[in-house]
Amino acid sequence: MKGDLLQLRDLAVRYGPVLAVNGVSLDLPAGPFGLGLIGESGSGKSTIGRAVLRLVRMAGGSITFDGQDIASLRGAGLKEYRRNAQIVFQDPDNSLDPRMRIGTTIAEALHAHGVVPRQEAGERVAGLLTEAGLDPEFAVRYPHQLSGGQRQRVAIARALSVQPRLLVLDEPTSALDVRTQARILKLISGLRAERDLAYLLITHNFGVVSELCEQTAVLYLGRVAEIGPTGVLLSRPAHPYTHALRSAVPEVELAGRRSRIVLPGDPPDAASPPPGCVFHPRCPLAIDRCRTEVPVLRDVAPGHRVACHLAEKVLAGAQMPTSGYR
Amino acid sequence: MNIPAGKLAIRGLEVSFGERRVVSMDELRLDHGEIVGLAGESGSGKSMTTLAILGLAHTVGATVSGSIKLDGQELTTLSPPDLRAIRGRRIAAIFQSPATAFSPVYKVGTIFTRALRLHGASKAEAADRAAEAMRQVLLAPDLLRRYPSQLSGGQLQRVAIALALALRAEILLADEPTSALDVTVQAEVLDLLRSLRESTGMSILFISHDLAVVAELCDQVVVMRGGLIVEQGPASQVLSAPTDPYTIELLESVPRLASAP
Repeated sequence: MKGDLLQLRDLAVRYGPVLAVNGVSLDLPAGPFGLGLIGESGSGKSTIGRAVLRLVRMAGGSITFDGQDIASLRGAGLKEYRRNAQIVFQDPDNSLDPRMRIGTTIAEALHAHGVVPRQEAGERVAGLLTEAGLDPEFAVRYPHQLSGGQRQRVAIARALSVQPRLLVLDEPTSALDVRTQARILKLISGLRAERDLAYLLITHNFGVVSELCEQTAVLYLGRVAEIGPTGVLLSRPAHPYTHALRSAVPEVELAGRRSRIVLPGDPPDAASPPPGCVFHPRCPLAIDRCRTEVPVLRDVAPGHRVACHLAEKVLAGAQMPTSGYR
Repeated sequence: MNIPAGKLAIRGLEVSFGERRVVSMDELRLDHGEIVGLAGESGSGKSMTTLAILGLAHTVGATVSGSIKLDGQELTTLSPPDLRAIRGRRIAAIFQSPATAFSPVYKVGTIFTRALRLHGASKAEAADRAAEAMRQVLLAPDLLRRYPSQLSGGQLQRVAIALALALRAEILLADEPTSALDVTVQAEVLDLLRSLRESTGMSILFISHDLAVVAELCDQVVVMRGGLIVEQGPASQVLSAPTDPYTIELLESVPRLASAP
């Protein structure tokens, strides 16, 4: 068993009155390994990614990288961590400087961390562009001269330039056309094997975690609803929310032959979460206990944890309303 | 050959920006109560087709030639006032971002009243039809008293659909209406469109880059690339046995929920 590269313990992040992340614990082994964070708007998935990179302040809990508490890092230690933990954002239009040539953008990261001597930077940039599936000639171009998919490849090349051990991929393909998305997923899949990458992949798309993540955590209103091997979550979800989320994903093959679980209403206001299980107002199975007692995350199978009082019923195939429409 | 007209019939439609042709569509037909999916990636011409049907292509500097008929009536040669009587009323449109589709300074109810009054309803009739349409999309008529900013994205998209219903639209052009929504909300909107087609006989042209969504909703599929139709036919046939290499590639690109690494 390899040691964990990243550990989150009871992480909490607060934005004003809103507890965006509320007691999340996660473990990410050293690479190659993908942990998917999946959830809808307001689930806290992006905030967790930002907290890991120390881009937002923690309100509670701890994050350790390689056994070191990242909140205590200062100076050289922090700089080293910033090199080790890199991010790729959803929208490369906003993460690349429009006035900087591609080569300069990548070389800037190399210089900042002194990865290679200055005279070798050009060669290294060319190598990184090739690795990301781009022509090295792109180094002299500006971001606007590239397509969205090409820009995302540049963002990946820049993140990889400093040889990080941890990547946060925040919806890396959500802004891309479907063929481009498929190519970027393939690129990430190839790079993770070559570079032993460990990553947190933040997405709302079950298809993306299914292709790239061994493990997936389903988040709802700042909490982990369920976590386990991705295949298990997709085939035998134990939380009613995972079940509903899974059934809402459109699929080409199953069209018209499948029922969808209906979740009434929108996610509740995070500033005033409901008592008990935060999912109970929308849960088709909720009982009195769910309205008062917060379910703790517990094992239902080795490596498969769920925060639901009724997980056994869900696993046993409890009926949920699937009328296509009410 | 004499083909039955169809509710909306497009023939030889060409949309150009100067010398550059962005849409060149031989034939597209939308029958009464039918949902046709227009699938393609950025730049395929699917949204320009929508604008052309609405008679709005010139507003972005494009020129249109060819024929667009609604119940046999040619739309491309209509005078602006005649077109205004059809656009928004008989042919309604909803877009990807409902938040930008509504003026933020009017309450939802006012938006309904203005649109309905413009198309000839009395004040009392407008209020009744707004409330009825809200119930049809499963929203509380109370929401009419709120501002768009006080509603969620899913609620706003329902309001946009309700507006089309209140105006008794016969055709709904839906341009990526669920692409900005969460997946559970997307599922609800798709269910809603399906059930409204059943209950009202509305015809829907559903534009999307997501073939899985098209597969869930549509009877017919039209796949576009670079302004041209590369494949069209019944959804079950096109999606299970595509013949065009581009359609095949698009289908293969949809992430599968099969196995983790």
